[in-house]
Amino acid sequence: MSDVTPGGDQKVVADAVQPPEGAATLEIVEVKRGMFGATGSGDTSGYGGLVTPIAMPAASPRPYGSWFDQVVDVLSEVLGEAGVSPEQAIEKVVVDLHGAQSADAQQAELTINVAREHLVAVCQALRDDQDLRFELSLGVSGVHYPHDGGRELHAVYHLASITHSRRLRLEVAAPDEDPHIPSTTSVYPSNDWHERETYDFFGIVFDGHPALTRIEMPDDWVGHPQRKDYPLGGIPVEYKGATVPPPDTRRSYS
Amino acid sequence: MNAPTAAPHATRPAGNEDMASTVRAFEAYGDGDWDDIAREAIGEERIVVNMGPQHPSTHGVLRLMLEIDGETVTEARAGIGYLHTGIEKNMEFRTWTQGTTFCTRMDYVAPLFQEAAYCLAVEKLLGITDDVPARASVIRVLMMELNRIASHLVCLGTGGNEMGATTVMTVGFTAREEILRLFEAVTGLRMNHAYIRPGGVAVDTPEGFTTQARAALKNVRHYLKQLSDLMLANPIFKARLTDVGVLNLSGCMALAITGPVLRSTGLPYDVRKDNPYCGYETYDFDVPTSKGADCYDRAVLRIEECYQSLRIVEQAMERLDLTEGEPVMVADKKIAWPAQLAVGGDGQGNSLEHIKKIMGTSMEALIHHFKLVTEGFRVPVGQAWQTVEHPRGELGVHVVSDGGTRPYRAHFRDPSFNNLQGVSVMCEGGQVADVVVAVASLDPVLGGVDR
Repeated sequence: MSDVTPGGDQKVVADAVQPPEGAATLEIVEVKRGMFGATGSGDTSGYGGLVTPIAMPAASPRPYGSWFDQVVDVLSEVLGEAGVSPEQAIEKVVVDLHGAQSADAQQAELTINVAREHLVAVCQALRDDQDLRFELSLGVSGVHYPHDGGRELHAVYHLASITHSRRLRLEVAAPDEDPHIPSTTSVYPSNDWHERETYDFFGIVFDGHPALTRIEMPDDWVGHPQRKDYPLGGIPVEYKGATVPPPDTRRSYS
Repeated sequence: MNAPTAAPHATRPAGNEDMASTVRAFEAYGDGDWDDIAREAIGEERIVVNMGPQHPSTHGVLRLMLEIDGETVTEARAGIGYLHTGIEKNMEFRTWTQGTTFCTRMDYVAPLFQEAAYCLAVEKLLGITDDVPARASVIRVLMMELNRIASHLVCLGTGGNEMGATTVMTVGFTAREEILRLFEAVTGLRMNHAYIRPGGVAVDTPEGFTTQARAALKNVRHYLKQLSDLMLANPIFKARLTDVGVLNLSGCMALAITGPVLRSTGLPYDVRKDNPYCGYETYDFDVPTSKGADCYDRAVLRIEECYQSLRIVEQAMERLDLTEGEPVMVADKKIAWPAQLAVGGDGQGNSLEHIKKIMGTSMEALIHHFKLVTEGFRVPVGQAWQTVEHPRGELGVHVVSDGGTRPYRAHFRDPSFNNLQGVSVMCEGGQVADVVVAVASLDPVLGGVDR
């Protein structure tokens, strides 16, 4: 097992943590090995053989609590009326309680994972229906999960409803081989620069964006710096006779 | 060697007369109109003027690409990225606690807001939102509101300076100095504090802080009065700002522009009221709004918000006096920084008692200290989103954890970044001189825009 590359035996790991029948499936985004970040040295602790699959929170069961059920129901209904199948559009619904006892707490959050081909329809429904009214889009952020097979690139949309004082999160995934997600600028014009930023940093192509160009990096830059396979860079620095290595080569304890 | 026939020119090498003869020269006489000269010079060509990235009125390194027709701006675009330093990427290579040291450097005029938003998001992921001590939340509110005043003073001061009113700038910065001294007393630094940490704050307020703060705030109030006397009824100021840079409610909502710019359209949207954090729901304050949606109203609102912040600061100081001696960091020793830092005789922040204990008496305490400081704490897998009301609008933080000791991803939705999208709408059709006023009313800070 010791000579396996990280992520190379994901299937084995996925089988090892196979959930029981009927339980929600976990989305394994990363597989970690060892404990102390030290490799190449003689492992006497045994922790070097530790394999930890990292799974994002699974889909939450009904009832979600608070206003979450109502929003998901209304969204399904509005999508149905618009001719979009809610089962296909909404991949899963996750409620993060963040340590709270119930979803009524201030820190509880609702995430709706949306299939990318239905993203614009979902945004349109969320913005326009009077029971949803998520009229304020607070931008897009990208996350790169290199080990989330076929769903490596995630775009996360943060919406707010001033009318109802609510917040929710949309998450859309795209594979590395086909990094295309439809642009939401037709619904939320403010996402213009945010999508450019996500394109710049992650290489997600937002189809239908009016001018998808780099925004932070120079126009002729090669690569997308926030991706996990893009190195941080840096040089060793000498300080009082000792050499401090660049941050990405220091020991990490994950 | 031929004798120089013409004086050396700044842009033309001396002695190269051929070049001088090929350069077309236009001379402006007193009886002509600039429009005629420009027409003669360029015919129907467009003039594109690059304002910035080094222009002093762009609050840093904002580049404005203006297409002008005479004095009228026909197209305005903002170019950013000149201050991109990869802070978000760097945070992925540091521990969760070290993250505050990085995000405080984003919007350097309002550093405590990034720290607070980031720490609130990390606390959500840790599930300790309700465990943060009350005194820590009071100190956070106090520091954020002081920072809001300081940030608005910079906005008003530099905005005035750009219109030629140097006194506005000096008064604004003198008042800000009072607040920076308070920051220095509490955090040890005037900016880049890294003071708010996941779980609470780094160190309690020093002895006699509220007395010092009350004296300083009396001066701040005095300077604020001076500023509003100088600005708000001044006919030149009003002529330059009224009906300039107008952006109505639907424009603001479409472009997700928040903060004083949104409130100047009459919508009382403030995250402190809409989605309270740090116990803002227990403070008594108003959200000032106006109807003009122009630069003048935004200036008035900023002064009004300073007074509201002073109200909150006074309430927070009363609570500080009542909670004297209570903890300012979560009780969980797996998260709380082990040392109780205090300013020593040498002026350095240190914890001699703690060092004596871990070096002299307790091996376990030493191991714990070493592990927590070098390795950091682990944060459960998941993602969290937290917004706070920043002086410039709604600041959002999206943090993702893979269960490790470092953020898997930390994204900041900086309000200046988003609000700069409004430059085109606010400037097009106006005069070139109004661009300066409109940008100043958005109050962008490029450190936050580019991160």
